[in-house]
Amino acid sequence: MTALQIGALIVVGAGAPLVVLVRDPVRQAFCVGIFGTALALLFFVFQAPDVALSQIVVSTVALPLMILLALAKIREHEEEEEERE
Amino acid sequence: MNRRLRIGLFLGGAALLAGMLVAAVGDLPGFGHYPGPYGILIEETGVAGTSATDLVTAVNFDYRAFDTMGEEFILFAAVLGVAIVLRRRRGERAEDERGDDHHFPGSSSALGALGLALVGPVFVLGAYVVTHGQITPGGGFQGGVVLAAAALIAFLAGEYVAFKVIAPHAMVEAGEAAGAAGFALVGLGGLIFAGTFFANFIALGTPGSFLSSGTIPISNLAVGIEVAGAFLLLWTEFSDQALVVRSK
Repeated sequence: MTALQIGALIVVGAGAPLVVLVRDPVRQAFCVGIFGTALALLFFVFQAPDVALSQIVVSTVALPLMILLALAKIREHEEEEEERE
Repeated sequence: MNRRLRIGLFLGGAALLAGMLVAAVGDLPGFGHYPGPYGILIEETGVAGTSATDLVTAVNFDYRAFDTMGEEFILFAAVLGVAIVLRRRRGERAEDERGDDHHFPGSSSALGALGLALVGPVFVLGAYVVTHGQITPGGGFQGGVVLAAAALIAFLAGEYVAFKVIAPHAMVEAGEAAGAAGFALVGLGGLIFAGTFFANFIALGTPGSFLSSGTIPISNLAVGIEVAGAFLLLWTEFSDQALVVRSK
């Protein structure tokens, strides 16, 4: 195993608990994006560029965006409920 | 269940799982020492058999194209499910997308400029990845996601309306369906012209050249359109819910 592979494994191993330990969902969405980039790097240094390519877009763009949009919808729903009360 | 019991259960389970994982990792073959015959066989005969120099694509879209079709329809069904769950229900109304009353706050001019500068290059990158799957890493799945991201960047630049112009709902839906059907048609073509479902029925050409590998680039194109459509449909449903659909 090369130093790059060990480094990528450490970053991914440290990044995963960090995503869970951040408790605010909005910040979590950003953390999961950064963690996804580290995961893409891991796939790349382990010679799987095909997987790394889709991982970059799916986890840095698609997933955080869906979380943020869902949070926006929930927040707006809560505001509407408050207005009604 | 009280807190103590829960923590005890978790610690017991976690220790058991960790022990099993460590035992499993100890028995793994070393990195790069693949014990089965299949990978070695593909390495030796793949380029001659399919003309594709990216053997991952050769496996995905030729040797195991049937599996890939299954995967493709999993994505299709999943996005269909999202579209059904997030449909506009009774008691909900849509705000006028082009009117001034929608709640989308827009973005800073710096993000807008960056987004506009990125739309073109990202689109070209996506088209490149889709069309060169047989030569270099990438292909329909990866390129399709990049293509969808190009339209998304316009949305991130603060132009919700521009996103709707680049990727209108009907076109996105049609693209997803046509791409999924196109890939299945390539498989049927194999059945008709070569006697086997997903048999490569077009001349293979020279390995490494753009127009090579028979049906593989066509499959990639169909899958690229399907995946781009699927992701755009997903984002459209989510952004519509968050930005324009309101309860009455």
